[in-house]
Amino acid sequence: MGLTAVDIRNAPLPAASGRVLRRRLFDYLGWGLCALAFLLLSSAMIWILVVVFLRGFSALTWNVMTHVTEGTGGGLLNAIEGTVVLAFGGILLACPPGLAAGIYLAEFDRGRLAPVIRFLSDVLVGVPSIVIGYFCYITMVVALGWKFSVAAGSVALAIISLPYICRTTEMSLRQVPRSLREAAYALGAGDGRVTMGICVPSALPGILTGILLALAISVGETAPLIYTAGWSSYLWTGHLTNEPIGYLTYAIWAFITEPFSSAHALAYAAAFFVTFFVLVISIIARAVLDENAGWRRLRPWDKRKA
Amino acid sequence: MNFRRFTALLAGVVAIVLVLIVVFLAAYAWPAVRLNGFHFLIDNSWNLGRQYGTPITVNGQQILPGAHYGILFLIVGTLLSTAIALALAVPVGVGAALFLAEGVPPIMRSWLSFFVELLAAIPSVVFGLWGYVVVIPFLGHHLFPFMIKWLGFIPFFGGTPGSGYGLLTSGLVLTLMIVPLITATLRDALVSQPASLREAAVALGASRFETMWTVLMPAVRRVLIGSSILAAGRALGETMAVLMVSGNALNILPNNIYQPISTMAAFIVSQLDSAMQDPTGMAVRSLAEVALVLCLISIIVNGLARVLLYYEGRQAARPA
Repeated sequence: MGLTAVDIRNAPLPAASGRVLRRRLFDYLGWGLCALAFLLLSSAMIWILVVVFLRGFSALTWNVMTHVTEGTGGGLLNAIEGTVVLAFGGILLACPPGLAAGIYLAEFDRGRLAPVIRFLSDVLVGVPSIVIGYFCYITMVVALGWKFSVAAGSVALAIISLPYICRTTEMSLRQVPRSLREAAYALGAGDGRVTMGICVPSALPGILTGILLALAISVGETAPLIYTAGWSSYLWTGHLTNEPIGYLTYAIWAFITEPFSSAHALAYAAAFFVTFFVLVISIIARAVLDENAGWRRLRPWDKRKA
Repeated sequence: MNFRRFTALLAGVVAIVLVLIVVFLAAYAWPAVRLNGFHFLIDNSWNLGRQYGTPITVNGQQILPGAHYGILFLIVGTLLSTAIALALAVPVGVGAALFLAEGVPPIMRSWLSFFVELLAAIPSVVFGLWGYVVVIPFLGHHLFPFMIKWLGFIPFFGGTPGSGYGLLTSGLVLTLMIVPLITATLRDALVSQPASLREAAVALGASRFETMWTVLMPAVRRVLIGSSILAAGRALGETMAVLMVSGNALNILPNNIYQPISTMAAFIVSQLDSAMQDPTGMAVRSLAEVALVLCLISIIVNGLARVLLYYEGRQAARPA
């Protein structure tokens, strides 16, 4: 009878030498530390979510959503309205150049301009938001005389969202198969028709997700708005300049440091709104953008490749 | 105008914004740069001068009597908090990335990674709220006294615990904000390493962890460096969270890791209100100089990281 796999598996291992023990120890220690690092991160995440959602949820009342701020109490209606106005204003301003830049980078990338734009937009992502806020303060609030206003705040948010929209648009357009473009060009379509009629519609989920992500970032921003949008306890009257406006993140920052529990409740409620919104958008974005992960994994019958 | 030119023109807006930011900040801060000179970076006193004094002329610039602008304490605070954050974030980020890349079954990997990387999506001010409400009391009352008792013999670890606001608290909160950047980039790089590397290592008798540590980690070294620099860039410019937990020190340098600090970004927010009271406007211009310094630092840091990561990307794309 020859040697079988079972014999080999059952063969006695040589006695563990010091070296083997050392290697095994290294292995366990390594995995243990890695697992510890992961546990630290996930417990911090859970801790933050528990604090924000538990305290935020208990601070939510109907009044918070239907009344404006009065001193350090009242509601957050003005802040909710302001956040919506500022975020949409920022997105509206950022979309035309952001989308165009993304299209240019993905479709017409052969000149010398494309690497420069890509580099500058990547560096722009890393410029601290307070620097962008201060830039808007000295140019728009002071020099142009807009004062604290919707216009200045929206421009600040637009500059912050610009690189995100640009790069996600580029990435989504790059996923569109080349053959689609070739077919369209072969049928005699021009650049504009091929891009806007063929490529952009097929890349639309990704592009929209990028815009949504930029929206989430705008909603969560505080520092660039403090000296561009200011703060107001009243509802917006529709003036683009010379009228400050409230927003949720300011309420978190300003009201948690007040000594009154009514102010704390508003801060928690505002944190709840902001975090909830940002998390929902992140989950949607994850599901759409990351083709290899997310929903696709839960649907093994869907064999499309990323 | 054809479509191609039209998109190129609008794309130019993206490129020009960064240039405009630097140019306008520099132009606005120029009188302050002339006034403060090099002492701006090495002097440790930010003093707005006597509010109701008659403005005097120094170096051709009108300032309030007694006004002096030096931001050494801000530079030290910014660099120290970033250094602490980076020193903690790199090991934790590497550990979590290894764990997520190899330690969990692939079906759970994407969701667990997503969960941890969601930390990056939480707004800065929410981190600040969390830090202000729960972390500071915990650190100030429990962890810091404990650390002083047991680690006090190490330089800068001893002294008084203070209230919980300070350098270490800022560093810890910053750590959580920048770890996801490192983890996400590194995990992607680890997963996308060629299977042949892994197979070769295993064939030589390496265990799974030895494969990760001795073969895959060196292969992604440049990604780790690049993403760490990016993370440092983010830590340098974080505003709201640091503002809420740093203690906003003015004109003092910390002698231990528990003392209050302030960073350039947080200082701009906390000081603009008082700077606006300066009738000569020099305080606001000096704050613009702070913003300019911060902007230039972040451009250098981010540019460096991008160059490293681009180079890595191009190397990875090249056929072997």
